[in-house]
Amino acid sequence: MPDSTVSVRCRVNGTDATLIGHPMTRLLDSLRSDLHLTGVKEGCGEGECGACSILLDGRLVNSCLIPLLHADGASIVTIEGVAQGERLHAVQAAFIAQGGAQCGICTPGMVLAAMSLLEQHPNPSDADIREGLAGNLCRCTGYVRIFEAVLDACRRSEMGPR
Amino acid sequence: MPTLGDGPAVRSYLPAFTLVAPKDLQSALRMLADEPGVWRPFAGGTDLMVLFEAGRLPPGRYVSLWGLKELGGIDVAPDTVSIGALTTYADVARHPVLRNEFPLLCRAAEQTGGAATQNRGTLGGNIANGSPAADTPPALLVYDAELELISARGARRMRYDRFHSGYKTMDLAGDELIRSITLPRGRVSWIESYRKVGTRKAQAISKVCFAAAADMDGTLIRDVRVALGSVAPAVVRCLHTESAMRGRTVDDALVEAAAAALTRDIAPIDDVRSTAKYRLHVSRNLLIQFATETLSRRTH
Repeated sequence: MPDSTVSVRCRVNGTDATLIGHPMTRLLDSLRSDLHLTGVKEGCGEGECGACSILLDGRLVNSCLIPLLHADGASIVTIEGVAQGERLHAVQAAFIAQGGAQCGICTPGMVLAAMSLLEQHPNPSDADIREGLAGNLCRCTGYVRIFEAVLDACRRSEMGPR
Repeated sequence: MPTLGDGPAVRSYLPAFTLVAPKDLQSALRMLADEPGVWRPFAGGTDLMVLFEAGRLPPGRYVSLWGLKELGGIDVAPDTVSIGALTTYADVARHPVLRNEFPLLCRAAEQTGGAATQNRGTLGGNIANGSPAADTPPALLVYDAELELISARGARRMRYDRFHSGYKTMDLAGDELIRSITLPRGRVSWIESYRKVGTRKAQAISKVCFAAAADMDGTLIRDVRVALGSVAPAVVRCLHTESAMRGRTVDDALVEAAAAALTRDIAPIDDVRSTAKYRLHVSRNLLIQFATETLSRRTH
């Protein structure tokens, strides 16, 4: 079958990777199945819930809506690439401290969305936080603890380098 | 009686699709020209990938435009701002000149989906997708946007308010792409209003989307634009309403005339998101609020 597979070279969590598949394969599927990065969750599969969030060239995206072809040459960060060894990112530490995670399905996406938010708004207003996390749905926490985790992460970031 | 097609959504069959990324705009246009009607454009994928997942994307060949430099960029000239079709909502929303001079467009971009969608969805895609519920088109109509359409045959420009002809139909040939959207500058003194009404504030698809702007001289409406989304087969510029308002002073009679004219501009329907009755009522209220509160608040 001509043209049916492509070989896509990208960087994933700081390591070079080659992903092979149909160009329209959802990046979500390649990351989970081929690289076993199962921290990338599938929730709705239609860009509504944010469970499959990743950073693609530094920008928050839903990996269920990214065709594999669009990862060519890209730099990707999944939740697996957020901590540095044993050292958690300030956002991760804050989610643990504030009880911002329950079942855990939304958590990888929430953490990445919160990181992305804090990069653009280091001192976010309440409205900024609500806007920044609006694309990430949680069915357990009622959001209050997630919200508090983001505020806590701001305080932690202010205390020094992440 | 249930038929085969009524079952739950099933993901599309991958081998029935082709997605190719040409190296530059010329190659993309050549593909579109050489096999007319065969290749369909694919930009940020925020709509097409959703359809794909639901098994509702027509199988066939898609040409990826994402990353084509010639379709990106925001050009600020003395009299106009030209926005490349591939500009994302996020890039629209944080552009300083757009924020300052075209706030309705930035508000629309900020209210389209969540952050992840805003990082991938494109202004050109929002237009070419042709959804009557798209949120940036009403703002573009208010700003008298012009489109530059490009094909291997050459480029042409057209007024955006003449682009959409009906539900998902538009004046765009099979070999053409939207290259850029141009907005005339010089409207900073106009008084503006943008309201998106949906089930919740963020992420929801509009039930009604309202954009309007007026050039005021005291209580006199020198010029006005009114545009709505989700209330007709395509986004609509409300020419009857504008005529009823232009050159008049803001008073009860004007508000009544404008609200009456609005019913000639829009044709809302019942659908999964709302009802015709609700949409008509809300559209009318938003127009009245614009004509009374918004215009009078700023002119006194």
